[in-house]
Amino acid sequence: MKSLTLAFFSLILTSCAPPQSSSAGVYMLVDTSGTYREEIQKAQQIIRYTLSRLDAADTFAVARVDTGSFSEKDIVAKMTFEDRPSTVNRQKRLFAEQVEAFVNEAQSSAYTDITGGLLQAVEYLNEKEPGVKTVLIFSDLKEDLQDGYIRDIEFDLEGFDVIALNVTKLRSDNVDPREYLTRLAEWQTKVEKSGGRWRVINDLDGLEGLL
Amino acid sequence: MTFLLGITPSPILSALLWIVLVVTALYFARPTAHQFILAIGVASQRMFRTGSQSVANAERGLAARNREVLLAAGREAKERIVEREFDRINETVRKDLGNFSVLHRNLSESINRIENDHSAAVDVPPDPPGWVAAVQAVAAMDSKDSRVGVGNVLADIHKSLVKAHKEAMVAYHEASGKRHTLLRKMRPDWREIQQTLGKVGKNVDSLLGRSVTIDRHMAEYEDIVKGEDRAVSILSSSSLVFFFVSALVMVVAIGGATINFSLIARPMAEMVGGTSMVGNFQTADIAALVIILVEISMGLFLMESLRITRLFPVIGALPDKMRVRMIWITFTILFLLASVEAGLAYMREVLLHDELATSALLRGDIGAVSTSEYMWITTAAQMGMGFILPFALTFVAIPLETFVHSLRTVVGLIAIGILRFVSLVFRLTGSGLRNFSVLLTHLYDLPLFIPLWWAARDRNDASSDLTEVRS
Repeated sequence: MKSLTLAFFSLILTSCAPPQSSSAGVYMLVDTSGTYREEIQKAQQIIRYTLSRLDAADTFAVARVDTGSFSEKDIVAKMTFEDRPSTVNRQKRLFAEQVEAFVNEAQSSAYTDITGGLLQAVEYLNEKEPGVKTVLIFSDLKEDLQDGYIRDIEFDLEGFDVIALNVTKLRSDNVDPREYLTRLAEWQTKVEKSGGRWRVINDLDGLEGLL
Repeated sequence: MTFLLGITPSPILSALLWIVLVVTALYFARPTAHQFILAIGVASQRMFRTGSQSVANAERGLAARNREVLLAAGREAKERIVEREFDRINETVRKDLGNFSVLHRNLSESINRIENDHSAAVDVPPDPPGWVAAVQAVAAMDSKDSRVGVGNVLADIHKSLVKAHKEAMVAYHEASGKRHTLLRKMRPDWREIQQTLGKVGKNVDSLLGRSVTIDRHMAEYEDIVKGEDRAVSILSSSSLVFFFVSALVMVVAIGGATINFSLIARPMAEMVGGTSMVGNFQTADIAALVIILVEISMGLFLMESLRITRLFPVIGALPDKMRVRMIWITFTILFLLASVEAGLAYMREVLLHDELATSALLRGDIGAVSTSEYMWITTAAQMGMGFILPFALTFVAIPLETFVHSLRTVVGLIAIGILRFVSLVFRLTGSGLRNFSVLLTHLYDLPLFIPLWWAARDRNDASSDLTEVRS
């Protein structure tokens, strides 16, 4: 009888315990530097796809990668979706409109601070505490820092999925493909060393496995 | 092993020595060993036989209990049927034969009217006066008989009489016409009498039919009360049929409830949120399920209050006034819940459109979402289903009652079957162990065949010597 009572109360306590968050948090960095600005339409497609996959209580933010990306000002649109399905739909439409405006008005930046953007993404997602944290980097991964910017910083990417999208080959990569491969390997090492999981998706027709 | 084979320098010799020792030991221990093995066999058999008997007793007890339950259920059902038949007879008598006095009066009045009319029709016009023959004789007299002037007078009289005759004939025809009119007036009365008698005949036939049905039910009821095997067999098979039929209807009802659930679960997220969880289940799903369960409960109470089902005797025993109140309360709650469901079904459609529009926008295919002019049909159908299904689920109470009642019998039958099987297994096991113990004694004797053969030979020799001595 005693054990039965104990089991009953254990069941009650288990059912009353706050469930672990199953929400998703996605932060997308969009490179706007130099010639990569021309790829921004593809970024918009990915953002729309991501929006269609997200649901209530999920968090989504899109930020530009420019000269100094470790800043809230670089966040183009951010949203944590509400509980009600109708509100979620409204929020998604609003988000899409904000992204549309950004795509139409985005200016090309002189430098590329991907690391700063990644730091900002980690900070933002850690603050939101979603169940699954994903950082999408829409860039050629060629970092070009302005003089004086220090980005040699340790990350903590434990529990993060970092996915590089549309990593285009530069003209110099075509001359020496090792540059491209080295660039990818460096980023992979950087992410995995910090505890994150690294993936690259260049075929934008196969986005099914993105989230 | 090495030690065993090392007791003599030769292992073969050691083995042979061991065999001889073991066989000798086994031979001397043979009677005790046989007794021991057989005793175990007999004890096991007795144990399993006792177990089998106790299980068989339990099975008999359960069968008796099941029989009682079945008879009680059958008796109750028959009482209900007979009660209902009497109610019908009462209704027929009250409605159709209750106004028999009025019917009788109508018939008497109709018959009186017919009699009066008939009497009136029988009246004939008065006969022409008797002196007409005399006048005719006078009129026939010859004027030569010096009765000048008489002839003229008589001719006048004759003329006036002919005239009177004509008038009498006219009156006669008029009277005949009246008689025919009266006879014509009698026809509706005849028809009325015929119809009334026909109606009475039909009612009486119906009553006779019902009395035959009641007789049949009463005969079955008597069989049940007497607890006859035939009645039990019929009730048992009926119970099985009811069980499967009600189970089938319940499955259909579960299908309806599932559709109902899918109609309201999605829009429920608008009310209670789409992300909150209770355990591993979404709160919206639980809320939708609770609404459906409440509807089914209200349906059960409504059916109980209407005395269609008898799952809760407390409700059936309530005073009529309270019961009627309960009917209205449960119906109102059911109506409100059905309205809520219809609203939620509408909301579902709105949400679906909203979601489709958003998806189209995100795909960059704004023109994809076209609002068809026939979309209202889907919306109306969903709303209709949302409103009707709760009321349809109300009727689940009827198969549920049958299912619950027949389940008792079916579970009893299954339990009886299981107990019978266990009893058989026990009996077979006991018997098998007994035979196995005998087999073990034979197996025990197998390595002892040499000393046994020797002993048998000695016995035979001894017995033949004894026979010789006796002879």
